Amino acid sequence: MTPTLAIALTAVFTAVSCALLGAFLVLRKMTMVGDAISHAVLPGIAVAYWLSQSRASLWMFLGAAAVGVFATVVIEVLRKKLKVQSDASIGMTFTTLFALGVILITFWSDSVDLDQECVLYGEIAYVPFNTWSAGGFSMGPIALWSSGLLLLAVLGYIFVGYKGLKMSSFNEDYAAVLGISVAAWNLSLMAMVSFATVVSFESVGAILVVALLVVPAATAYLLVEKLHHLLMGAAFIALVAALGGYACSRWMDTSIAGTIATLLGVQFLMVLLYQQLILKRNHHAVA
Amino acid sequence: MLDPIFIKVLIGTLLLAASSSVVGAFSFLKGESLVGDAIAHALLPGVVLAFILGDGRNPLFLIFGALAAGLIAHYGISFLEQRTKLKGDTAISLVLSTFFGFGIMLLSAVQRTGLSQQAGLERFLLGKAAAITLSDLYVFVALALVLLVSVAVFFKGFQLMTFNEDFAAAIGLPVQAIRFVFTILTVLAVTVGIQSVGIVLMAALLITPAAAARSWTSSLRLMLVLSAVFAATAALIGTVVSASLPKMPTGPWIVLALGGIAFISLLFAPEKGWIARRKRAKGNQLKTQRENLLKLLYGAEEREGETVAMTSDMIVAMRRQHLDGLRKTLRALKKEYLLVERPDGFALTDKGRSEGRRVVRLHRLWELYLTERLGMAADHIHPQAETMEHIITPEIEALIVKELGNPEVDPHQSPIPYEED
Repeated sequence: MTPTLAIALTAVFTAVSCALLGAFLVLRKMTMVGDAISHAVLPGIAVAYWLSQSRASLWMFLGAAAVGVFATVVIEVLRKKLKVQSDASIGMTFTTLFALGVILITFWSDSVDLDQECVLYGEIAYVPFNTWSAGGFSMGPIALWSSGLLLLAVLGYIFVGYKGLKMSSFNEDYAAVLGISVAAWNLSLMAMVSFATVVSFESVGAILVVALLVVPAATAYLLVEKLHHLLMGAAFIALVAALGGYACSRWMDTSIAGTIATLLGVQFLMVLLYQQLILKRNHHAVA
Repeated sequence: MLDPIFIKVLIGTLLLAASSSVVGAFSFLKGESLVGDAIAHALLPGVVLAFILGDGRNPLFLIFGALAAGLIAHYGISFLEQRTKLKGDTAISLVLSTFFGFGIMLLSAVQRTGLSQQAGLERFLLGKAAAITLSDLYVFVALALVLLVSVAVFFKGFQLMTFNEDFAAAIGLPVQAIRFVFTILTVLAVTVGIQSVGIVLMAALLITPAAAARSWTSSLRLMLVLSAVFAATAALIGTVVSASLPKMPTGPWIVLALGGIAFISLLFAPEKGWIARRKRAKGNQLKTQRENLLKLLYGAEEREGETVAMTSDMIVAMRRQHLDGLRKTLRALKKEYLLVERPDGFALTDKGRSEGRRVVRLHRLWELYLTERLGMAADHIHPQAETMEHIITPEIEALIVKELGNPEVDPHQSPIPYEED
């Protein structure tokens, strides 16, 4: 497998997984919680790295998912028990956890192969060089495998939980009447977002995960009305941005993750412009 | 560590943190603190573009770049919220992540030239106070002073805008203009703040000191002062740690220190802290339990026409209460001579009877008030009265009695028991 193909596939798998999960975050008005989780998993990653001395280990996923769910719980406790308003509890939680993560990484910088730059922008360009082998066969880049598994897991999660996710996203009360546990779907979604964040972290960095979670879903949200259209639209937009962003970054020799996020922004602007112009014209036609 | 340059940097950093936290306190109270987070991230492309287009070493250029990018981001968020079907949180995280991504892309382009090291552009990401040059510092300290003075000058306007915008408009304040000034100040505060904590953690400087200060006071002035003090304390800790450990960025330590201050404040602050509130809630619960017990015994006496004694088992059967909690309540009542313990159980003392009578009286008065004055049906009023009987003060009781003209019976024709004197 050529390095180019490995990077492109990793970018596509990561982007599509995040976009699908992000659609539910947008519907639930919880994108900032996704933002918070993407920052908050850092101390989990740092501790798991330090303990296991390896990337892409099972420990890392479990550690990070645990911290992600922990962050969600802390936000709730701050809001309900300590009476801090919800935006402030999100902001306080993720900044403190992220700060702790950066401090841990800097402390362990000799033994933990993870630096501040990687945390901020990711290192998707190095994906092809980090390979693993099983029984003497080279199995290819680790990140390609983990992002591929992530995509399968996300597709499986949405397939199995479609009804519960749909109901609890649109009408909490109605979902509760049908016996669907809103809290359980919330926590499982947050756990999936944490998984996605950990997998994407190395490739695209903490903050650009947010772009992948939010922007494709928000762009599709402007255009469609139905949930399955939203999911398909977000996945398609993410796919285009991942491939196009990678191509542009090679052409301009810029950060891959940054270019993908920029392209996501450009796509959104184009859709917004189109939608505003159409809206205006329709408005005039009616008048 | 105590060389004069370090002292200057230290004082400067304290001032930067303090001034941006004061502006942050207003956005915290308005519930817009995450907009500040988005603005902080959005400054990155502005700063890098200013570096590419202009003279990279001139801080004024960077400030203009930051100001332009921050304003675009702010109005972008408002536009998306008001003119599209996107919700507020999506608008914020969308602007935040795409601007930041664009900034990272530009930064990676500049990094190839190697010039960014010189300009210390990386310093903006996580903050590195020790890397600030003195001439930069003077500019930012001047800006911090401008912020503090502006907050003092516009205090009344900001206060009204924060708490009651409609009222501010009604008394003829130029709300739009005040909002605009506040937006500019927010962007400047973020520009100043990221010098010490960096872009990624800027939200903490806007939110955390304010949230901590809020649990100590309800006065806006005091809250602003406390926010500034907390932020400066955290900045002191962060700068000292960062200067002692060579590779350590400043921002994370400031933010961790702020987190600690907020944690202590939210738990231990008198009145509004978690422990104080729990104590109060517990006190109310105990008071309610005791009053309900006295009411129960008084009611039994009223039915039987004589002094009644009840064992704890009898009470448990009637009240569905845990035996442990009940024993505690009984002991407390006995200690205050409201109950006596007899061989056949607990009975009211004269003092206890008077207290039980008071609760029953308040219950019935309130039921009567609900039916007479608020027109509620007689079968709907009991749960309301169950709550109010523990809350009504003697002053309110006197007003209700007067309002209802010294009534004799409640809506269920039970007598309202006044004190026999």
